[in-house]
Amino acid sequence: MLPDSKIPDGPMADKWENHKFDIKLVNPANKRKFTILVVGSGLAGASAAATLGELGYNVEVFTFHDSPRRAHSIAAQGGINAAKNYRNDGDSIHRLFYDTVKGGDFRSREANVHRLAEVSVDIIDQMAAQGVPFAREYGGLLDNRSFGGAQVSRTFYARGQTGQQLLLGAYQQMMRQVNEGKVKLHTQMEMLELVLKANDDGVEEAKGIVCRNLTTGEVTSHAGHAVVLATGGYGNVYYLSTNAMACNVTAAWRAHRKGAYFANPCYTQIHPTCIPASDEFQSKLTLMSESLRNDGRIWVPRDPDEARRADQIPDADRYYYLEEKYPAFGNLVPRDVASRNAKTVVDQGLGVGPLKNGVYLDFAEAITRDGRDTIEEKYGNLFQMYERITGEDPYTVPMRIYPAIHYTMGGLWVDYNLMTTIPGCYATGEANFSDHGANRLGASALMQGLADGYFVLPYTIGDYLAPKLGEALLSTDDEAFIAAEAEVKGRTQRFLSIGGTRSPEYFHRELGKLVWEYIGMARDKNGLEKAITEIRALRDEFWADLRVLGDGDTLNSSLEKAGRVADFFELGELMARDALDREESCGGHFRVESQTPEGEAKRDDENFTNVSAWQWHDENTPPTKHVEQLTFDEVIPSQRSYK
Amino acid sequence: MSGKTLNLTLSVWRQPGPDARGAFMTYPANGIPEDASFLEMLDIVNEGLIEDGELPIEFPHDCREGICGTCGVMINGRAHGQEKGTATCQLHMRKFADGDTIVIEPWRATAFPVVRDLVVDRSPLDKIIEAGGFISAPTGTAPDANETPIPKEVADSAMDAAACIGCGACVAACPNSAAQLFTSAKVWHLNSLPQGQSERYRRAQNMVETMEQFFGSCTNHGECTEACPKEIPQDFIAYLNRDYMKSLVANRKLAGQR
Repeated sequence: MLPDSKIPDGPMADKWENHKFDIKLVNPANKRKFTILVVGSGLAGASAAATLGELGYNVEVFTFHDSPRRAHSIAAQGGINAAKNYRNDGDSIHRLFYDTVKGGDFRSREANVHRLAEVSVDIIDQMAAQGVPFAREYGGLLDNRSFGGAQVSRTFYARGQTGQQLLLGAYQQMMRQVNEGKVKLHTQMEMLELVLKANDDGVEEAKGIVCRNLTTGEVTSHAGHAVVLATGGYGNVYYLSTNAMACNVTAAWRAHRKGAYFANPCYTQIHPTCIPASDEFQSKLTLMSESLRNDGRIWVPRDPDEARRADQIPDADRYYYLEEKYPAFGNLVPRDVASRNAKTVVDQGLGVGPLKNGVYLDFAEAITRDGRDTIEEKYGNLFQMYERITGEDPYTVPMRIYPAIHYTMGGLWVDYNLMTTIPGCYATGEANFSDHGANRLGASALMQGLADGYFVLPYTIGDYLAPKLGEALLSTDDEAFIAAEAEVKGRTQRFLSIGGTRSPEYFHRELGKLVWEYIGMARDKNGLEKAITEIRALRDEFWADLRVLGDGDTLNSSLEKAGRVADFFELGELMARDALDREESCGGHFRVESQTPEGEAKRDDENFTNVSAWQWHDENTPPTKHVEQLTFDEVIPSQRSYK
Repeated sequence: MSGKTLNLTLSVWRQPGPDARGAFMTYPANGIPEDASFLEMLDIVNEGLIEDGELPIEFPHDCREGICGTCGVMINGRAHGQEKGTATCQLHMRKFADGDTIVIEPWRATAFPVVRDLVVDRSPLDKIIEAGGFISAPTGTAPDANETPIPKEVADSAMDAAACIGCGACVAACPNSAAQLFTSAKVWHLNSLPQGQSERYRRAQNMVETMEQFFGSCTNHGECTEACPKEIPQDFIAYLNRDYMKSLVANRKLAGQR
């Protein structure tokens, strides 16, 4: 059974205010009696750690990076949404709420999304006060751009490095608390177990974590009154993604195996404008801003055997597939539609480039129409980045693009307080599932990470802690910690002792191919069933033929990778099960069996207006699904159309 | 996109641990696609090493988009290699020629001890930030963001400084292993903004004095800016020196008023 989602009563606009009044508080003088462990130092983790430290809690932060500033939030380019209505163009909290619920294809929780829209305005104030150098107009006021098809201009940005600047802001605020002694920082520490202990009522609660120091191999226990997982998304299950190399699901997955339900794992988002892989050894994909689609025309040659250079192919032999199929929106159809159509033409053998794995994004017409200077002013840095990576000049040769995974909407199930199904264990930012439904809008990821960390969790965590006043930390000599440490050490030893022939990298790459093929842009029953079988077979091979050299008491990145890949195997299987079970198309989840005659995603609101939260049993027992019904009181579900 | 491949020889610094002796080892790197990035070249070499039962080369990396600041090695004696304004992960093999020998070393600086092979410990950079690289604005206290207008030129200049990715190339390239460029970038970012004025001199003094516990002194060689993947300009160091000098007077005066 799923616990109560704790959505407050009352009108939508009052829920959060009422809730803040209704939940229990910890008296300021008592906060120092509590220790909170925060895992992850990205936007969600660093902002939570800083704020909890300011409030007076003892905070310990754990990151596997060498510095908290390396967290992957840093790579976000575009911007952060906020319902400030500085443009006077009709934006409001209600409109941001409405856009986010609709963008999520009616699969998110209305109350959570409304709260997100409410606190979005505070985030901008907070970050500006911290010195984030947001873009300004000549009058000195903040500049905005429009983003992701929104009809208002509500996106704040700092050049093309908004994520970097926001992360550094949160990191600096956290380092101030480190300086004051309120936050203790543990770098190079990877959380490998969540430790539970039953309370007097027999309910298991989160009491701490076990980590491995990545440079010394030392395995240590850390006790806390609550544990916050701010550990990001799981896009790297696809091997090739726009995520950083170290992004992984391990912390969330360890919690899942201990009883935290995993919600909607099949909701993954694909970005249509990435640079295609150039060879088998390519390690990651680079995203280029979607704004390129404003001026570039997308096409492939009509003839699969086309041998001419792109600029010598006459219009008649070019297939402008988006413009032909979607005359109204053309090249500006939403991310998922653009992505699926690219896959369709590449699958038909019409792809371009040496590996025939991309489609053209052509600026020739825009350059002729507006002049090279105008295009350079708009996209100069992107063109430069493209040229650096591919060695081709996009002013003269059309860009080649292909979709790639870059965000995961699914994650650990949390209630309105951001607590998982394990009491005392919280999940924030991309690691949880709650705010984006089946599809995330552009410039909303940064907003959610900071909303959770600055303005939600610091209030809601008190509700859990208040009744625990006076409760001692669980001793790290307790059998629960000792058992968890033994489990971590045993697992490390297991990886080192298999002595097979293949590297963790090899298995990750092979797993990624399966996940991309069957649980990628389009999913069908056959493929998903095959995915489960093939992922399991590859998993067995992994445990039999893995080769991890070296030992466990020094820096050993193959060993780190082996642990992460092992968890990706289990996650990949769960994604397939979830996608198989959800017999509808919604947002980023496209089931081939559920589409309109025009090939658009077709939701099944009657059967699937809900959240699937999966409960782990063991490696060989299929998980149990729990369902949270979603209700839409404010935004009435409607079907999208981009014709 | 050429499809061509390169045959290279690598001379790589291998060091099993912080206290162990290190040495250069030679490895062939054959059939490297020109379109591979420098780090993907190392991935390919490592796959081969693992196949042969040899320990792979440990090297720092993460986002591979030139923004996280994790990566960075000395390539033929230069921090991040010869391409200007380019982090190691953004360097591509087409910039090398078939038959080249490439010497790869970890960042060279006493303040950055080697952890293993090409990986070093850069935590002193975090110590500098901890000492004052922030504006004290506890969550919830902020006025409306537009209540404090900031001239565009000021915001742009702050952003130029804030673009630092904290990779440490400036320190590695400096003959004195000084961290002035890193420190000045953060000091200029915060000290140039209206929000940063209250703590301006306390920040300058605390950050500089913490920096000096770990790093060498700046003698204006300019190697830092040359190596910086974000091309942070050297004149920020002059601003840092100005604010530090003033801080000695200002902070003393403030202390006298207490």
